[in-house]
Amino acid sequence: MAIDSDVLVAGGGLAGITAAVAAAREGADVRLVSYKASTLRQASGLIDALGYVPPTEPAKALREGPPTAGRGVDPDEWPDPDGPLADPFAAIDRLPADHPYRVLGADALRDGLALFDDLVGDAYGGSHTDRNALVPTFGGSVKPTARYPRAAAAGLASDDTPTLIVGFRSLTEYDARAFADRLTAAGVPFPVAGVEVEFAEAFRADAKITRTARALDADEPIDGTPAREALSKAVAPHLHDIVDGDGGVDRVARVGFPAFLGDDHAAEVRADLADRLGADVFEVPMGPPSLPGLRLEDRLYDALDREGVRFETGNPVVGVETAADGRVDSVTVSRKGREVPYAADAFVVATGGLVGKGIESDREGVREPAFDLHVPHPDDRYEWFVDDAFGEQPYARFGVRPNGRAQPLDAAGEVQYGNVFAAGSVVGGADVAREKSASGVSLATGVVAGVEAARTAAGAETTDAATEASQ
Amino acid sequence: MNEAADVIVVGGGSTGCGVVRDLARRGLDAVLVEKGNLTHGTTGRMHGLLHSGGRYAVSDRKSARECIEENRVLRDIASHCVEETGGMFVKRPEDDEEYFQEKLEGCRACDIPVEVIDGEEARRREPYLARDVEKAIVVPDAAVDPFRLCVANAADAHEHGARIETHAEVVDVLIEDGAVVGVAVEHRSGPGKRVHRKPGTREEIRADYVVNATGAWAGQLGDMAGVDVEVRPSKGVMTVMNTRQVDTAINRCRPKGDADIIVPHETACILGTTDEEVTDPEDYPEEEWEVDLMIETLSELVPVLKEARTLRSFWGVRPLYEPPGTGTDDPTDITRDYFLLDHDERDDLPGMTSIVGGKLTTYRMMAESITDHVCEKLDHEATCDTAEAPLPGSDDFSVLRDYMEEFGVRSPIGRRSVQRLGSRADDVLNGTDPNPVVCECEGVTRAEVQDGIDAAGSDLNAVRIRTRASMGNCQGGFCTHRIAAELAQQYPEPVVRDAEDELYQERWKGQRHALWGRQLSQTMLNHLLHATTMNRDGDPAGLDGDVAFDAFDAGPGTDAASGTGSPDGTAATDGGVDGDR
Repeated sequence: MAIDSDVLVAGGGLAGITAAVAAAREGADVRLVSYKASTLRQASGLIDALGYVPPTEPAKALREGPPTAGRGVDPDEWPDPDGPLADPFAAIDRLPADHPYRVLGADALRDGLALFDDLVGDAYGGSHTDRNALVPTFGGSVKPTARYPRAAAAGLASDDTPTLIVGFRSLTEYDARAFADRLTAAGVPFPVAGVEVEFAEAFRADAKITRTARALDADEPIDGTPAREALSKAVAPHLHDIVDGDGGVDRVARVGFPAFLGDDHAAEVRADLADRLGADVFEVPMGPPSLPGLRLEDRLYDALDREGVRFETGNPVVGVETAADGRVDSVTVSRKGREVPYAADAFVVATGGLVGKGIESDREGVREPAFDLHVPHPDDRYEWFVDDAFGEQPYARFGVRPNGRAQPLDAAGEVQYGNVFAAGSVVGGADVAREKSASGVSLATGVVAGVEAARTAAGAETTDAATEASQ
Repeated sequence: MNEAADVIVVGGGSTGCGVVRDLARRGLDAVLVEKGNLTHGTTGRMHGLLHSGGRYAVSDRKSARECIEENRVLRDIASHCVEETGGMFVKRPEDDEEYFQEKLEGCRACDIPVEVIDGEEARRREPYLARDVEKAIVVPDAAVDPFRLCVANAADAHEHGARIETHAEVVDVLIEDGAVVGVAVEHRSGPGKRVHRKPGTREEIRADYVVNATGAWAGQLGDMAGVDVEVRPSKGVMTVMNTRQVDTAINRCRPKGDADIIVPHETACILGTTDEEVTDPEDYPEEEWEVDLMIETLSELVPVLKEARTLRSFWGVRPLYEPPGTGTDDPTDITRDYFLLDHDERDDLPGMTSIVGGKLTTYRMMAESITDHVCEKLDHEATCDTAEAPLPGSDDFSVLRDYMEEFGVRSPIGRRSVQRLGSRADDVLNGTDPNPVVCECEGVTRAEVQDGIDAAGSDLNAVRIRTRASMGNCQGGFCTHRIAAELAQQYPEPVVRDAEDELYQERWKGQRHALWGRQLSQTMLNHLLHATTMNRDGDPAGLDGDVAFDAFDAGPGTDAASGTGSPDGTAATDGGVDGDR
């Protein structure tokens, strides 16, 4: 049986889901195929839009020719980034001209955020303002973000509420004392202390954080004490740990935990702990596997269902069939080793970037494997990087380059296929890591690609109908 | 502190560590000074082959005999540093049959045990060997961990009264009345363990004798003493693969050439190498063609290498030396033998000897010979016992116990910890509870990291070489911050931060040479984790300007949230203070 739809979206991350919903809301019949678990589970669950405009030139040339042994890089030689930015929209003009925000326009970001707000409802905060919030990171810093999970809301840094950061001795991701000292070094306006407590030791020393989350969800007993009670008992003795400059003691009014306070019943776990501790409770987003990322993924897939998008996972797009007019007829999906054509009137490529393998490379070059879209990059792979790990890394901007309608361009700057649109990390031109713009780029490109794909498909149907009528 | 020692050893590579151990065990008061970490120069930048001697059996039988002799000694005294992988010299159709026979005869003449196997048998033992490998000579090569070996030598020296100073760079050789009487060093962070942000100090250390064991840097120390040491540094690349494509050290059986060896090492394989003379042992180009050559040429022996993931590449500098007047142009022709240069005899400068040339496999023998020489100079009579006395970690240890229950860690991790620690396992692993895994790629637990910190201070590269933490697939992406967090038990925040940044940049350096395919994917993930999720690059603590916190969203219902402040935050002076409370 032929598989056919108006719009086919390849890729099931934030960008693919956004594009699929945006296309469906334009009235298109949408199908989404994704290969692997999305990289959402590796992301913090924060929705960054634009937090910094990083410098694109070092203060002085670092080297000519190949890297050399022994010559260290002094990060102080790099100029500071522009930021943290309170207003992401006002800074878009200061980004490089080929940045997706510049190419698609600031309204694309607004539309993307609005769609996101609509999909997640009250699970996220931040939609009441254009401004970024500053949220503590598990690296002990704060970072600007446009939307934050409810679980992180009590932790916003623009607040003078005395704060306790809790770490667990069996959790190696951070040390809470260094975390608190780092926040103070970052100049946060609240007094803060850190404490390492015994709690998760009750589980095996190297149990995954998801194990702890499940225990809190179910409030299962640990050595006879229910998990939530055990956790609050471990923290309670430290609610007066903040000592001010005069030797006085402040009672903390909010407590930050690593982001594993429950999974299915996270809000209930937080409320219960807050009640027991007499303080607000917030989560600090962590690295992979990230519970806030997983919770967002669940929520977005529920949204896909509600919007009537058909989706299937586990099968990669391995190639395309093109028609004579330079449009894509169908993509080839590999299903258990069998190659099946999926036809559509328009396609969205949202297969991910270097991490999601939507962009691949070898020693010879960089490519987009599914549609063979053009990915500009230096011929010499020793020009893909600079010597400072956090410098202006060319590899970080690898990806396809779109026009204002999110259509990927070929080497000559021409639209490569009239009915193909790109969204998410497969799109290059941004250094989303240093800019803190990953989610915003996915949302902005996703919404434009989805809408444009739907309109293209609608145009194709009109043309087909006209052709049929004339016959 | 300024009382004269008997001997100062300059250089903390295998030679220097071996010499200071031998001196200390013979009852001399010895000080070792090293400008970086132990192994920082050449020793930590080699492929980790413990030679059987087979490699030199045709061209240099003296070296070959020394190798097999020391190979046997190290299996005995340094068992926790050696993995008995065995080795093969494999012959491809285009490789010279006559040379194969010469190699075989050479090995036999040097008492290196050999076995000849056909291609089929070679592939049975190493399934990834190329289909057209015709036959192989099996030799007792092994893999050695040069870091563990040096640290164990230094630890033993310390137990016998020696003083070990790392991050102590010699800035002058003290000469009085025409004789060397000591050295002046700059301690990067005072004497003792390195701690970031602790101010540096200068110290003059006096001694009756100075040993220049700085290898490729010997010329530089010679210059400070006003003598010429004609060392010819020669660089070579090593490329680290993400897995063990082979479990045996694979050598190409042909006369000499680049890219002719693959050494399995812990979780990885190391491909080597090139041989190019350089002028400065610390500043030379690390070139793309060298990495490509490793992969292209060695995939003739093991074809899967062409598609395999490389983690990083690193370069080392051989301390080659040739006696004046030999006139060799090609560094591959220079002997691998070692030489003692007695500057009294050579240059009329008593009080100092340089040791140059040589190789890791024979480090102990070199150390013995220079210690003999120093004892003679100092008129000190004592017997060398370094060939019999086991190194710390290798004594009295024969059974790998099941450490799962005992130390509360999963069995494979406990096993790997014990393999690394050898007989020190009980001391190190006992008493850390809980003992979570810090580095997942290499299975390194908190106890080992804390043990490394106890020995090395806040220098996480020194912790790395002791534990292997951050040396696996993620190259520190998932664990640099975790290792640094372990410092927080002893050190304040700024020290933790500096140490973390230093390790992260060090791990990045080698990955630059592996930036394609899956490692580029890993690199991007690391970049996202550290820049996006942690915001290490944009941390306000590291920026010059202050952040106007009140210009940011403080939650619904706050002033800043209502957008009344100016976009740059300068007017939003009262926003967000109380939130919505």
